[in-house]
Amino acid sequence: MDIKEIVKEENLVYKKSMVLTDKEMHYCPGCTHGVVHKLIAEVIDEMGIQEKTIGVAPVGCAVFAYDYLHIDWQEAAHGRAPAVATGVKRLLPDKMVFSYQGDGDLAAIGTAETIHACNRGENIVMVFINNGIYGMTGGQMAPTTLKGMKASTCPFGREPQQDGNPLKITELLAQLPGTSYVTRHSCHTAAAVRKTKKALRKAFENQQQKKGTSLVEVVSTCSSGWKMTPAKANDWMVENMFPFYPLGDLKDE
Amino acid sequence: MKELKLMKGNEAIAEAAIRCGTDGYFGYPITPQSEIMETLMAQQPWNTTGMVVLQAESEVASINMVYGGAGCGKKVMTSSSSPGVSLMQEGLSYMAGCELPCVVVNVVRGGPGLGTIQPAQSDYFQSVKGGGHGDYKLITLAPASVQEMADFVELAFELAFKYRNPALILSDGVIGQMMEKVELQPQQPRMTEEELIEKYGSWATTGKTADRERNIITSVELASEEMEAFNYKLQAKYKAVEENEVRYENYMCDDAEYLLVAYGSSARICQKSVEIAREKGIKAGLLRPITLFPFPTKPIQDIAKHVKGILSVEMSAGQMVEDVKLAVNGSVSVEHFGRFGGIIPSPDEVVKALESNFIEG
Amino acid sequence: MAKAKGAIVVDTVKCKGCELCMVACPTKVIEMAREVNAKGFHYSQMGNPEACIGCTNCAMVCPDSCITVYKVKA
Repeated sequence: MDIKEIVKEENLVYKKSMVLTDKEMHYCPGCTHGVVHKLIAEVIDEMGIQEKTIGVAPVGCAVFAYDYLHIDWQEAAHGRAPAVATGVKRLLPDKMVFSYQGDGDLAAIGTAETIHACNRGENIVMVFINNGIYGMTGGQMAPTTLKGMKASTCPFGREPQQDGNPLKITELLAQLPGTSYVTRHSCHTAAAVRKTKKALRKAFENQQQKKGTSLVEVVSTCSSGWKMTPAKANDWMVENMFPFYPLGDLKDE
Repeated sequence: MKELKLMKGNEAIAEAAIRCGTDGYFGYPITPQSEIMETLMAQQPWNTTGMVVLQAESEVASINMVYGGAGCGKKVMTSSSSPGVSLMQEGLSYMAGCELPCVVVNVVRGGPGLGTIQPAQSDYFQSVKGGGHGDYKLITLAPASVQEMADFVELAFELAFKYRNPALILSDGVIGQMMEKVELQPQQPRMTEEELIEKYGSWATTGKTADRERNIITSVELASEEMEAFNYKLQAKYKAVEENEVRYENYMCDDAEYLLVAYGSSARICQKSVEIAREKGIKAGLLRPITLFPFPTKPIQDIAKHVKGILSVEMSAGQMVEDVKLAVNGSVSVEHFGRFGGIIPSPDEVVKALESNFIEG
Repeated sequence: MAKAKGAIVVDTVKCKGCELCMVACPTKVIEMAREVNAKGFHYSQMGNPEACIGCTNCAMVCPDSCITVYKVKA
């Protein structure tokens, strides 16, 4: 069959969500951020909540997340997204509010804001991109950098005595009574991407049902920071990140 | 209906906040201003006006909750005392950079560090010179009575929204803890969503409807030309504030030969000092800046033309005195007198300082 | 057995040549072009269009939302 016969509007099965802007993303090739942005856009699109959703962008690689989704955004100071999201949601309780944060933002500089927003059970969605490295500033150690994993500020590998231990903040947050849904996913295969999308959808639905805080961690790659091709980074993540950050629901109430 | 009450300055702030239709308060307890949140929590305004009141986990969190609420076009505020306000400087810089309105109350205590819980005025520099990183200013109001504590809440919101910039009420432990008679304004309704979208829909994040572009609250701009242009815009705004919003009060300045300049609780003390000095035959007057930024530069210049000396009186080691000196630009001698670390100067001490600096020898 | 027949259209201007779509494709349809786009990336394209089943896996994993997928029942 000729391709022209197939490429017709009536045969369309997948296209870019209208909630995504046309702006070219500044992320490196293969970056998981782009996939997660797309999934959030699709969930917003499918749930029909574009006019109600307010995103809170972090400091880190996703500092310009607001360029890519056709919704209202606030860009928070480093680590403060959960506090900013709290302010937005408390003042506009009928809106859908989510924070989008990396590991440095959520689990290092913003640990207090993260824990207390979750502990209060703020009725928001928190999306947590964990790639174990600081991409934006050039590959420094993150709170979630694995033992032995190299970064520019632990060039010989993370040594717990010197550098401290990798932080399983998601496990910690799952223990808090304010969180209703805490789950860990990835985007390394199409199946994994579909699961992540389901999790995000559920998180936003939880907010509609006023269930408290939903946290979706996405174990992610940083091919630039890890100094590998995107495909190799996926393999490395499966082999090294998943054993320490196992996928699946930590809490679903 | 207006209401007359005897209350603490801190309580007056809380009462006035509810009555002027504030949408939200976020704070963290610290002496000597904890009564503000305690009063709010006791009043439970969420049951009456729908005002949100939340105790945050830190001042860092409270100012960022304020950021979130302000970004939605809401009338939101926080309060703290010196060490807590230091923690808020990051958030305030971001809010100035995003041009977000809010009200912050600083009931100042003595520092540096954890310092003392006693009153001081040693946060002047932090308040009027920016405080955090970057070129920005806070519109700064200095109440000198419990009545002004109440009145300045609405005024601070007015100015904050007029210029889309954080406004600071710079009080101190004296005014915060002192009880006075205060006339409270009648309850104003909070703004409805429709009114808010009508007024602030061009920038507030209220949800991107089909009829408008996305609203984005951000202070990041990597293109230096753009960032410089934005800074020029900010500076033009601060110039407009300086031209339009100077507020001050003169006390016996017309025939004064010596001028005291003092704000807040120091001004109350200096009012008595003026009387004592005059009884001694020293023609003293007092200029009380009500706005510290914008500073009453011009009124001080005008009085400087007919006085022999100016004494800046502050509960600090000498901060506002620099702005007084800049105002008169060497045309007349300017000295500083202050007690600090939590000590409140007596009116007599001020007169003595006036005499020793300008009259004796 | 009725087998689905698919095709993809790649936004070759936006494609950053990360190759993740190529890895994700179950029927080895996708190859990277020898040519580069304006950004200097070898963009992805259908090298073996006959094999495409329109499963959307490539589009799902694409970080830059470059891929549109069409499908017909063959």
